[in-house]
Amino acid sequence: MQGINAPWKIKRKLLVKAEEKTDAQYGCRPEERPIKDYVRLGVINLDKTSGPSSHEVTAWVKRILTIAHAGHGGTLGASV
Amino acid sequence: MTGVLPVALEESTKVVQALLLSGKEYICAMRLHHSMPEEKVETVLNEFQGKIYQRPPVRSSVKRRLRVRTIYYLDFLEMREKHVLFRVGCESGTYIRKLCFDIGEVLGCGAHMQELRRTRAGPFTESEGLVTLYDLLYYVSECQETGNKESLREIIYPMEKALELLPKIFIRDSAVAAVCHGAYVTAPGVLSIETGTKKKDGVVIFTQKGEAVAFARALASSERILNMDHGFVAKTVRVLMDRNVYPKMWSMSSST
Repeated sequence: MQGINAPWKIKRKLLVKAEEKTDAQYGCRPEERPIKDYVRLGVINLDKTSGPSSHEVTAWVKRILTIAHAGHGGTLGASV
Repeated sequence: MTGVLPVALEESTKVVQALLLSGKEYICAMRLHHSMPEEKVETVLNEFQGKIYQRPPVRSSVKRRLRVRTIYYLDFLEMREKHVLFRVGCESGTYIRKLCFDIGEVLGCGAHMQELRRTRAGPFTESEGLVTLYDLLYYVSECQETGNKESLREIIYPMEKALELLPKIFIRDSAVAAVCHGAYVTAPGVLSIETGTKKKDGVVIFTQKGEAVAFARALASSERILNMDHGFVAKTVRVLMDRNVYPKMWSMSSST
């Protein structure tokens, strides 16, 4: 049995309903956020090493960046 | 086990719920308990593509009842003696340790997982912007020396990156604050919508500047939404944006 597309292989098209100019006064493109907000609203693509658990690795990220919260997406087991 | 582990910082921890449910890809080294011909191994690996039944292993953090999981692809890479290397793309919640055990059962020789590296978690891949804890430490200490934190941009992604694979709805500036306060997304507020959304599907609401506003549940298909001129389009589930970024545009009653 085959033919089930992985989510990263699905192509989506944009259907336009209406057009409008965005007001530059409010908000900004994610890449242009002031560095403080950029970090606060940021995600790191971390290469986990074997040994520590995902939870421990996350705790280290918190300590290195001296931030109060961090969470990981999907546990990777510790061993091997 | 090593590899891709997206870590969300501070406010962006809200997006991990999307990553937890997203598909994963792994490179796995499996060890057979007896020698097997290569063709047989390849055939059996092929059989494990599609929907499979899986009972979570003894050491797992979920209830051990039979579950259905989708294997998007399972590619044989190489084999030397009893060692087999394969690449697998799978739904979240698939245990690769158990997959190896089950492959061993079908082969009849028994097998176990020897080593595992995650090469993808949702939109995050091994080949794009992967950093180690050492890299992170290096960048942070450099920032402390120079007092300039700008270089952190090189190793941190905006949280929007984590939402890349989900269908999006773009809304007007004037609708942003209302959604930030938990309001439904209404048809007049919608500017564009990505294809492939069905009723009840999870979607992400975006501003025109590409900022994530909220997780929502679609109340109609993308094609229906395109032709709606009034009414609710999506129900806001989780607000991601700060409430004060865009101005409130809704009318307040004059009585105090």
